[in-house]
Amino acid sequence: MQVREQLKHFVIENFLFGRENGLKDDDSFLDNGIIDSTGVLELITFVEETFGIRVQDADLVPDNLDSIEKVTNYVQRQLGANGGGA
Amino acid sequence: MQVENFLELSAQRFPHKTALVCGGRRLAYREIDEQANRLAHSLIAEGIERGDRVAVYLENSVEAVVSVFAILKAGGVFLVVNPTTKADKLAYILNNCRARGLVMPARKADMLAAEDVPHLQRVWLAGGAQDEPSMAGKRIIDLASVVNDPALPVEAPRKQCIDIDLAALIYTSGSTGRPKGVMLTHLNIVSAATSITTYLENTADDIILNVLPLSFDYGLYQVLMAFKIGGSIVLERSFTYPYAVIQTVIRENVTGFPIVPTISAVLLQLDLAAYRFPALRYITNTAAALPVDHIRRLRDLFPSVKLYSMYGLTECKRVSYLPPDQIDIRPGSVGRGMPNEEVYIVDGDGQRVGPGVVGELVVRGSNVMKGYWELPAETDKMLKPGPLPGEKALYTGDLFQMDEEGFLYFFGRKDDIIKTRGEKVSPREIEEVLYALPGIAEAAVVGVPDAVLGQAIQAIVTLREGAALTRQDVLRHCAERLEDFMVPQSVVFMNSLPKTDSGKISKRTLAAAQTEVRG
Repeated sequence: MQVREQLKHFVIENFLFGRENGLKDDDSFLDNGIIDSTGVLELITFVEETFGIRVQDADLVPDNLDSIEKVTNYVQRQLGANGGGA
Repeated sequence: MQVENFLELSAQRFPHKTALVCGGRRLAYREIDEQANRLAHSLIAEGIERGDRVAVYLENSVEAVVSVFAILKAGGVFLVVNPTTKADKLAYILNNCRARGLVMPARKADMLAAEDVPHLQRVWLAGGAQDEPSMAGKRIIDLASVVNDPALPVEAPRKQCIDIDLAALIYTSGSTGRPKGVMLTHLNIVSAATSITTYLENTADDIILNVLPLSFDYGLYQVLMAFKIGGSIVLERSFTYPYAVIQTVIRENVTGFPIVPTISAVLLQLDLAAYRFPALRYITNTAAALPVDHIRRLRDLFPSVKLYSMYGLTECKRVSYLPPDQIDIRPGSVGRGMPNEEVYIVDGDGQRVGPGVVGELVVRGSNVMKGYWELPAETDKMLKPGPLPGEKALYTGDLFQMDEEGFLYFFGRKDDIIKTRGEKVSPREIEEVLYALPGIAEAAVVGVPDAVLGQAIQAIVTLREGAALTRQDVLRHCAERLEDFMVPQSVVFMNSLPKTDSGKISKRTLAAAQTEVRG
């Protein structure tokens, strides 16, 4: 699976109780009440374990994490910076 | 003294001081006061009169703060509705208190299209004008245009209220399954805010961070109290991105950080070794008691910070606080009554009991609510005659024991109301939602002990023959219909539910069984 699909699958399974509910890639998690602070920590653990990247504290901001689109871009940047991934 | 005076007096004393930091904006006291004055004039021009209810259905934002004070300045009664509230419940609340005005986000303007809200006449939209929102018969006003309208006066409108008039309604879950509005007067709020800022030793130098929704009285009071003391409030929409919040604490030199146990649980998962919090003076906790293990680890993490353990209920705002020097001595206590308030414990006959005896906690003080909006029978269950003629004391329904020195220890509830994250939740409200899911034959909702939430919500259901519902199906159904804090944490499927002799589902048996399972 591609990064985007893996992330989307995780978010739908864990935060939307398994139903897509019209979730769009650029829907803000905050605006739509999809994730709370515990959920964000779960998402980070998932990203670190699945893609083998270390998420720095300074990166834990809405700009990097607040939609499928943003997390996908963030993960791809990190994988690129690490020379193509784990 | 009235609640809007908090803002007005500070705007006179510190016109150019930062009052509010929110969403990348910094507003001085004068700016907020002027915006609130303009909106108040708009409210009055649109027909809002003394005592009219106006709802604020917004995320934590500059607009939410300005709206609350504008409604008070116009002589109205504000109610802040949780931004995760669904359309049908929002409509119920608006109709229950016959709100004439509503402030809501422009992007949600269509959500009431299918609801019948006959009393609502005016809607102020925050966050940009919308193309023709479908709200038949309602006049739509752009909030940003109003607060920046040079034609509207920046001076406050003439005062109409006195301090025994209503200032706010705060809706809480009711035992009938419908939310009920706690009526608070200006005097109630001013009294509670005065007592709390006294024991927290707040001064104008305090900078308070609030991540809790303003629909929750604990969140709302952070704003009210910051303005009362002439300090600053840093308002975050939520604690969703904890590291971003931590960076805000440091960047803004935050001195006061109110938390609930769910925030403490997340804080203790973070790696904060690299951070220093030299400005942080105090952390407060309420909603549910902090687990003793959290207290110890928070004390290690923030060694020079005063940690206040507190307890309260919306009906009187706050009951007690544990002085920080007692927290290592009595970590299991929620403390003593706050200044200008008396608390005592009574037995089933209403007689005061001595130390070490469990009974119902009673609260006396000018912070005690006026009752539940248009629910005299429910009010009479909570407000009973006090020692003085005409006085009403608050019978909390919470069971406590007091030690020799007057420190309080929580034991549980008299009824089956669940206390989770500090919110009272009626099992019946959730059960009604569960029964609306085809496939569910019987449903019971109970609270089970939880170290972080106080109580976790558990749904116990039986299925109709042939139905094949999963845990996810049940939780999704709930999440689509209930506020976040009311969605059960767990679902248990059973073949049948235990019944009492009269054939009713026995909650007592269920709760005992589930508590046992969890150990």
